[in-house]
Amino acid sequence: MREAARRPFRADPCRADLLCVGRRARRVRGPVAVLAAALGLTACSAGDAGSGGEGGHGLSGDLTVLAAASLTDVFTAIAEDFEEEHPRARITLNFAGSSELAQQIDSGAPADVFAAANTSTMEQVVGGQGLEPDWAAEHGTDGLVFATNTLRIAVPPDNPAQITGFADLAADGVQVAVCAEQVPCGAATRAAMAASGVEVTPVTLEEDVRAVLTKVELGEVDAGLVYATDVASAHGRVEGLEFPEAEEAVNEYPIGVLAGSGAPDLAAAWIEAVTSGEGAAVLAEAGFGTP
Amino acid sequence: MLVVPAVIGVLFLVLPFAGLLVRAPWSTMGARVTDPAVLSALWLSLSTAGVATAVSLLLGVPLAWLLARTDFPGRRFVRALVTVPLVIPPVVGGVALLLVLGRNGLVGRHLDAWFGLTLPFTPAAVVIAQVFVAMPFLVISVEGALRGADRRYEEAAATLGASRATVFARVTLPMVLPGIGAGAALCWARALGEFGATITFAGNFPGTTQTMPLAVYIAMQRDPEAAIVLSLVLLLVSLAVLATLRERWVNAR
Repeated sequence: MREAARRPFRADPCRADLLCVGRRARRVRGPVAVLAAALGLTACSAGDAGSGGEGGHGLSGDLTVLAAASLTDVFTAIAEDFEEEHPRARITLNFAGSSELAQQIDSGAPADVFAAANTSTMEQVVGGQGLEPDWAAEHGTDGLVFATNTLRIAVPPDNPAQITGFADLAADGVQVAVCAEQVPCGAATRAAMAASGVEVTPVTLEEDVRAVLTKVELGEVDAGLVYATDVASAHGRVEGLEFPEAEEAVNEYPIGVLAGSGAPDLAAAWIEAVTSGEGAAVLAEAGFGTP
Repeated sequence: MLVVPAVIGVLFLVLPFAGLLVRAPWSTMGARVTDPAVLSALWLSLSTAGVATAVSLLLGVPLAWLLARTDFPGRRFVRALVTVPLVIPPVVGGVALLLVLGRNGLVGRHLDAWFGLTLPFTPAAVVIAQVFVAMPFLVISVEGALRGADRRYEEAAATLGASRATVFARVTLPMVLPGIGAGAALCWARALGEFGATITFAGNFPGTTQTMPLAVYIAMQRDPEAAIVLSLVLLLVSLAVLATLRERWVNAR
């Protein structure tokens, strides 16, 4: 039985010998490594040329982008275009709550670009690991604001509580869901309340803005405070009401190349794509404002 | 030979808590623990878990008896159903509860229309979420105890003329009391730690529905030190109660 099992390997002694496989693999890996290094070099030079104008087609490599969950659709769309334009570049997108991502970055998660849902979260990262010095020197040490998001009052389509403005949220018997103050949308909600002088007593402080949206969609609350982008993403399942007090709580989204990025040029090119005309169009379609 | 993996196992389970102790902000601990927000979350957790355990006892012990002592068609299926909340993610339970008991839910719609009763965002919703995830622990413990108990005592009591209710109250119940105690302790601890179903179904509002696990999660978004303190408090309370209860009920045999 043993003999029979071993026989096929005899034909190719290399297959029976793990070390031998290793040697073969190394033999293959050698040229690949050289090639990769060469590509890396060309990527760098192309990137350097690209930063001056429109010549970034030679960009290649892996880019890890950490982004606020609210950017999911937008960044996914931009990444598709980007990879089409730069076939040798591979974008890995990782979406989560901004503060969660900031913590991950501060504890050493490898990443090249961070896009946060508010400036204070970016400041947290800047105070820790920091941004890539060359990029920061050109675009700002606190990152580049590339999008804004404004609060809306989300109500179920039939608007059961007949909400027309911010003051209505404080009315008796109106059930309102808002974000907990610890998350960015909650901070914005607080700012809107301070600006209007209307103290809304919510029935729940949700852990993120999507949870607020869900409670409105399900009709469990009469209204919720969410972002314009959330209303857009609900595709008619909620109605979004603009209110003037929201102007006091506009949320700014900063983006930056992280210090220690292994692909700073690719990272810079990605940020250029996000801030380009096409990027802005995708952002606007999703409900974002652009600065 | 078995010692090495066992030690690794213990370390794996215990080391994370050591991490909590190491990173705890001891200098500000006193002030943080006595923060009214912390105390109100702790009180809400303790009281809702207590009520949830009482409800589970009230519903779970008869259910366990039914599963262990009677034979009805589909009993195995019912038993499997009863233990489903043990294995599904609690957040799924929360979604299910919201869709059934929410303001627009299958049943909740009528509760709202007929009695003006809305469950989500109330302490009652916290209790319901806790009962949903914690009662199976009690049912399983009690059912196990009932199956392990010697039925001859019950039969003897019955032959001497005791009614079914008397047999249950005077013979069966005292026999399986340690099992019920252990089950209740487990159930209480699970209710105390309940997070996913609570935040989904009951929402999160300090003083009304924000239990300790929710407070820990929300604190972790901005103030990890506060989250560490809250975690330690919760850990300490659970350990204390589990230690006393298990000592009393499990080793009493």
